[in-house]
Amino acid sequence: MRTSFGERLLDLAVNGFLWGFRILIVVIVVLGTFLTIRAGKYTSEQWIDFVVFGISQGSIYALIALGYTMVYGILRMINFAHGEIFMSGAFGGYFIATWLTGIGFMDKYPVFGLIISMMFGMLVSTLIALLVERIAYRPLRGAPRLVPLISAIGASFFLQYTFRGFFGPGVYAYPSMKALDGEWIFFGIGILKVQIVVTIAAVVMMSILYSIVMFTKIGKAMRAVSENKDVAALMGIDVNRIIVTTFALGAAMAGAAGVLYALTYRQVNFFTGFTPGIKAFTAAVLGGIGNIPGAMVGGLVLGIVESVGPALFLDSIGIPRPYQLKDAIAYIMLVMILLFRPSGILGERVSKKA
Amino acid sequence: MSILNIENVHTYYGNIHALKGININIEKGEIVTLIGGNGAGKTTTLRTISGLLKPREGSVSLNGEDILKYQAHEIVYKGISMVPEGRGVFARLTVLENLEMGAFSRNSKEEVTRNMNRVFTLFPRLKERRTQVAGTLSGGEQQMLATGRGLMSNPTILLMDEPSMGLAPVLVELIFDTIQQINKEGTTIMLVEQNALMALTIADRGYVLQTGEIILSDTAENLKKNPTVQKAYLGME
Repeated sequence: MRTSFGERLLDLAVNGFLWGFRILIVVIVVLGTFLTIRAGKYTSEQWIDFVVFGISQGSIYALIALGYTMVYGILRMINFAHGEIFMSGAFGGYFIATWLTGIGFMDKYPVFGLIISMMFGMLVSTLIALLVERIAYRPLRGAPRLVPLISAIGASFFLQYTFRGFFGPGVYAYPSMKALDGEWIFFGIGILKVQIVVTIAAVVMMSILYSIVMFTKIGKAMRAVSENKDVAALMGIDVNRIIVTTFALGAAMAGAAGVLYALTYRQVNFFTGFTPGIKAFTAAVLGGIGNIPGAMVGGLVLGIVESVGPALFLDSIGIPRPYQLKDAIAYIMLVMILLFRPSGILGERVSKKA
Repeated sequence: MSILNIENVHTYYGNIHALKGININIEKGEIVTLIGGNGAGKTTTLRTISGLLKPREGSVSLNGEDILKYQAHEIVYKGISMVPEGRGVFARLTVLENLEMGAFSRNSKEEVTRNMNRVFTLFPRLKERRTQVAGTLSGGEQQMLATGRGLMSNPTILLMDEPSMGLAPVLVELIFDTIQQINKEGTTIMLVEQNALMALTIADRGYVLQTGEIILSDTAENLKKNPTVQKAYLGME
């Protein structure tokens, strides 16, 4: 009797806290939005800037998130080294872009230069991901789920500090591309060229990946393996090869994202992968982990909320430097999704299969 | 000429001795059934043949070639196809995609089209539903799909695990008629069933499995008349 009363009290307290949390968030969002809009501190052009930046940032998150979600779909494992794979792509792109700029190729053929940089970044990322899969994950296949997770965190640190060892802790400045400086004007609104190029490149990459997964034999086999490995093997599908392909595809997307991210921020160092990696993981969970369109939607939503949110929700409720809180907004979204809708926006049922 | 030969196979799940030295021979063109109660080792036998489980002892050979050295996905290329227990359709793939996965081991486009047409002739219902996601099919349709998918690799021998499970009697009959049809078209069939009466009706020969051992093997006719079988599996006194 006593324990059941205690348990009920605890239940009540937890539920009360969750509801309080929900209400608090809703109040902040609604009140903040109302006050900000009434204060009229930002012009509509600034809002458009926020949204456009959010879209370009979000499409990078989406590209990275695809790798998390595809690996999760097949192995039910979070590849926490994925952020470092992204970083290695940014480094790969840095070296080739610097070289191309040095020989003057980049200025003459900016489009090809960009494509070559991305391809090289993708190549580096893919090679590193294949090594990580072979060394840190495959021997642990069939172990309890926590074990490869720990191995992934280890691989993540290993990669970070290997890069630090080779390239030092300093920041490498990406070469500037003249073709990407300045703005293009649409309907009287100036939009940074970098952001447009990044968004277009990301969308192209996502379309390629989506077509591979939906329409090719190997893509269908990937989906079959993610549903049932034994039955897939009975169809003659080499499950190990499909797992390797999945890692390679996810890593290629992360490598491309690495180059695009570096184009936006113009710099790369050994720690570059950490924050975008966790943000993209958030995006994957937000969209529904294991779900490919979910990763794309989650990335975009996260990018936009993170970019618009500080000004819209926080500025007018007395927070002095709202933009410093944009990471906090992203992580609060992660917590809220985990608490209130663990299946994510596009709701994959994740709990069923182990 | 026997095409599938299982000799003295011992399979374990961890430390559980699931198959205790079984011997099975299947001749070309036959329907052979394996009957037995829950936990007798029927599914284990099929999983051992298809390579999902590796026995500790014994040999499995197809047309005289030892197939234990191959992994499950390689065995499909050798001509063995399995329709798993509980159907195992890929629920989020469409009917068409499921069938394409069945033909994963086939590279020739014409062959895949030919096999697909064969499946659609056997199961016209699948043709109607080909763009539908497999998870939305009824149990009977899923069994049709699983069977059709098993045929897409054009196997010499088709292993079927409990095709009647959870189906209405009308559908069970339809599935069993189709099994006979498939057999007439030249595919050898190994059928695992709890529905012993149905299985013995269409089979040429049968094996009775009990706690990992084969206790009886005879023609289906004789097994039907066997008092032990009648008592234990056909529900007659």
